[in-house]
Amino acid sequence: MGSARLYAAVAAGGFRRYATYRAATAAGVFTNTVFGLILVYTYLALWDERPHLGGYDQAQAVTFVWLGQALYATLAIQGGGFETELMERIRTGDVAIDLYRPADLQMWWLANDVGRALFQLLGRGVIPFAFGVLVFPTALPDDAGTWLAFLVTVLLAMVVSFAIRFLVALSGFWLLDGTGALQVLMVTGIFCSGMTLPLNAFPGPLGDIVRALPWAAQLQMPADVLMGEADPLPAFAFQAAWAVVLLAAGRLVQSAATRRVVVQGG
Amino acid sequence: MGEKSRAREGLRAYRLIAGMWIRSTMAYRLSFAMTAFGGVVVTGLDFVAILLMFSQVDVLGGYTLPEIAFLYGLSATSFGFADLAIGSAGRLGARVRDGTLDTLLVRPAPVLAQVAADRFALRRIGRITQGALVLGGALVALDVDWTPVKVLLVPVMLVCGGVIFSAVFVAGAAFQFVAQDASEVQAAFTYGGQTLLQYPPTVFGKELVRGVTFMFPLAFVNWVPAAYVLGRPYPLGLPEWAAFAPPLVAVACCASAGLAWRAGLRSYRSTGS
Repeated sequence: MGSARLYAAVAAGGFRRYATYRAATAAGVFTNTVFGLILVYTYLALWDERPHLGGYDQAQAVTFVWLGQALYATLAIQGGGFETELMERIRTGDVAIDLYRPADLQMWWLANDVGRALFQLLGRGVIPFAFGVLVFPTALPDDAGTWLAFLVTVLLAMVVSFAIRFLVALSGFWLLDGTGALQVLMVTGIFCSGMTLPLNAFPGPLGDIVRALPWAAQLQMPADVLMGEADPLPAFAFQAAWAVVLLAAGRLVQSAATRRVVVQGG
Repeated sequence: MGEKSRAREGLRAYRLIAGMWIRSTMAYRLSFAMTAFGGVVVTGLDFVAILLMFSQVDVLGGYTLPEIAFLYGLSATSFGFADLAIGSAGRLGARVRDGTLDTLLVRPAPVLAQVAADRFALRRIGRITQGALVLGGALVALDVDWTPVKVLLVPVMLVCGGVIFSAVFVAGAAFQFVAQDASEVQAAFTYGGQTLLQYPPTVFGKELVRGVTFMFPLAFVNWVPAAYVLGRPYPLGLPEWAAFAPPLVAVACCASAGLAWRAGLRSYRSTGS
């Protein structure tokens, strides 16, 4: 079908665009590795004090850290994907051009962002993860099925991450200045996805809440599926449900925005 | 022109440029207040992580929560000073890339002062405020036999820590003359270093501690002097006087950062037009 080819081309464009900046990618790999090192030692101290915290042993906690560093850029956990660009286009009025293109706004940016995410998974994710696995004891499965299920959770996580950031970007139609919305995105992303601490190690009711929020679909689900802590099918269902809900919400907001909001510029 | 008058001229340029940016920020007061508050929340997340950890344990690496809050407060506040004063230098790579550094080179003011004051962001006081709040809380909660020396060491740590982190920022900016696109490497040393120092040295591997003590002396921002204040064994069995070395380390850091900056500036080639 024609439109599938179009979105594939947009995704390939997103991939190639990020692949152009090799020095920046190498710098990102280095930075993720350094942060991974720092975090790993703090987690090791924590799990030393409380073995089996959140049902993880030390090797699993270490795996979680390196997975977090590997998926940090891929899932744009603190922002930094397409959303700043779309917000800028909304602010300047360029979004009007996007809207009369013969392509759907949401699908266009989804394809673009998946392309970016796939590059960053390969370009920025693999090396820090491999470093962590080589230097520290980790808990990785040895059957291909689990790895395959893990890759599916990562793909679904990309879609959930996109859907959240698409909503944030659309807020630009009303707010115009996106600084505040991006800050909220950063705080919720870092805190609720498990970058500060795995969500299963959160205490009491706070833990129950963050584990039900969409950000749990980003890092926690792929990690738990990879380490055999969660069954793949319920994990897929959780992620897919959030993806559908958030994409539908994005579509609703998009139609409200395009119908009611006067585009800037003249 | 002597070194002294050059320094005075640099400070004057810095004050003028920073003042201009503050006036421009204050044109949008609400936006300033919101982003400053947002900054407090974002940087506070690190401390929330520590609090979450302590909801599960009583000690981490042998340190209690007030002791870690003390380390955190020192690290975050001194980093906040450096970030406010000179953090803009992190954007140098972008200026090299798009060629706008040339504009700074032809102005009759030291380039470093201009780069440091470029887009001076007063909202970064959010980070200082957050660090100072944690530090204040820690000072109240700590169970330490305060002596005049220990009391005096706290402000000394903040100032020297700020200077050491500033030197890291300048060295990072110098690196960007060469690296350009790879400016994110700098974050590993600035933000990474700050995060590292929020936790006690006992948590980390020997090699890492050795690296940040002798090669890249961040340990003198808080680990070593704080060990004296808290009455803890020094990392790597350093001698007693090492706790009072931060001023010397700060001077040495500035000297090497200054050399790196000069080398970087001299190697600069404009992208042309």
